[in-house]
Amino acid sequence: MLELTGIVKTFFKGTVNEKTALRGVDLRLESGDFTTVIGGNGAGKSTLLNSIAGVFPVDEGKIVINDTDVTKMPEYKRAAFIGRVFQDPMLGTAGNMQIEENLLLALRRGKRMGLKWAFVPKEREFFKERLSLLGLGLEDRLTARMGLLSGGQRQSITLLMATMMRPDLLLLDEHTAALDPKTAANVLTLTEQLVEEHKLTTLMITHNMRDALRYGNRLIMMDNGKIIFDVRDEEKKKLTVKDLLERFEVAGEGGLSDRMMLG
Amino acid sequence: MTDLIIATLGQGLLWSLLAIGVFITFRVLDIADLTVEGSFPLGAAISATLIVEGVDPVVSILAAAIGGMIAGAVTGWIHTKLKIPALLAGILTMIALYSINLRVMGKANVSLLRMDTIYTFFEKLSFMHTWALALVGLLVAVVTCVVLFWFFGTEIGACLRATGVNPQMIRAQGVNTDTMIVLGLLLSNGFVAVSGALIAQGNGFADVGMGVGTIVIGLASVIIGEVLFGTRSFVSNLISVVLGSIVYRIVIAVVLYLGMPPNDLKLFTAVLVAIALSLPTLKAKWQSR
Repeated sequence: MLELTGIVKTFFKGTVNEKTALRGVDLRLESGDFTTVIGGNGAGKSTLLNSIAGVFPVDEGKIVINDTDVTKMPEYKRAAFIGRVFQDPMLGTAGNMQIEENLLLALRRGKRMGLKWAFVPKEREFFKERLSLLGLGLEDRLTARMGLLSGGQRQSITLLMATMMRPDLLLLDEHTAALDPKTAANVLTLTEQLVEEHKLTTLMITHNMRDALRYGNRLIMMDNGKIIFDVRDEEKKKLTVKDLLERFEVAGEGGLSDRMMLG
Repeated sequence: MTDLIIATLGQGLLWSLLAIGVFITFRVLDIADLTVEGSFPLGAAISATLIVEGVDPVVSILAAAIGGMIAGAVTGWIHTKLKIPALLAGILTMIALYSINLRVMGKANVSLLRMDTIYTFFEKLSFMHTWALALVGLLVAVVTCVVLFWFFGTEIGACLRATGVNPQMIRAQGVNTDTMIVLGLLLSNGFVAVSGALIAQGNGFADVGMGVGTIVIGLASVIIGEVLFGTRSFVSNLISVVLGSIVYRIVIAVVLYLGMPPNDLKLFTAVLVAIALSLPTLKAKWQSR
């Protein structure tokens, strides 16, 4: 499904600010894997996700999605394979546009867009049906501007948008970190629901160790630009927060942030 | 007096295409594009030169539109491919266009005295010159609004709008934002050049210096329109811009009537725009006291 081989990424190469964020990452996701990613600040989690999404080119290595080598493909072309939700709820949707307009753009993800009138009545029914899944009453507010909604509402819609055209790969970059605990829990429940419904291959970064254990069938831990721990299925189910903390101590980099400890 | 009102209305409508062009870059794409200072006289130069050469006035306007579109595309290319900031990219094209406009005209000024223009058709129907200007202006403004309403409701149009609001989001939907930025600049400068062509034909001359301050006039129209007539929906926003352009002309006519020296017009407009643009900041400061 997703195959990463020897991914290396260095920012600000040749300057005093040079920082190697990924030092040779190998990762293979099977179809339907729901993988949670944990690691301290600067471990390279977001860089990994952004490398896969094509936000910047990688220095070394190969990225293959569904047998297609996407290593050199620009971000907008990779979007045909990938659904994304960002940490900042404002980033996933266009705030100055209507809910419906955001959704119809998502429905055409990765397709050629032309001079066809974008508003199709049949699609409107579909949008209402999908929105009603959220239970937020948004199905009656199709023409409301996105900017009027709360962070949680926007993040829920971003999730709907990312999964509306079934993506080969769903990338979630701490998508609940900016939400209050209750809303975060709701969005996570919705995430699990959608991933199960569409049998999505998912990579979810989280700072919360309990969430990392609770969700998904696989867990990887990153430290200093490398994957240092990788468990799945039965082995993962047996894992506890204490085990994870011990793993972090073995890593020894002191990369544990307060946010993770308190989460 | 009626004549003065109609003349002001006509000027407002003819200049409204410039305002719409500025609206597309400044509001939709969120870019301050200075290319307009060069593409406005470019449209005038192309149109006037072709008319003198005996080309049909309507055809000359189409040629002006194409010229403006190329100018916009060049700015877009400099910005997206050469990664030069949009503001600077626009300035570069604007400066380059000064020379190009001189080359197009062969001199600094082309007169259209006693030449047939697009307004001649209406004048032959025994409309007065000012009425002809207002009629053509109304026609062009309405057609432009309808076309843009349709365009921004299409798939590509929606992508263009999203590019200005949230480029990261629309890239994640598989849209090449660079293409969208080039397309927006191209469209915008096409309209600006048409505005230049219409103004040149109305005034009876094209001048290499007639682009000075057009960006500020465009901004003034956009902001006046938004403040006075609102931004509820995309259509209402477009119409607001056209009305804003008319109000701007009325304001200019009034201050001139009240005795302000015409040479101070640009100073007046710049101050007007500076105040309007800083209103949100000033308001926030006032409220936080």
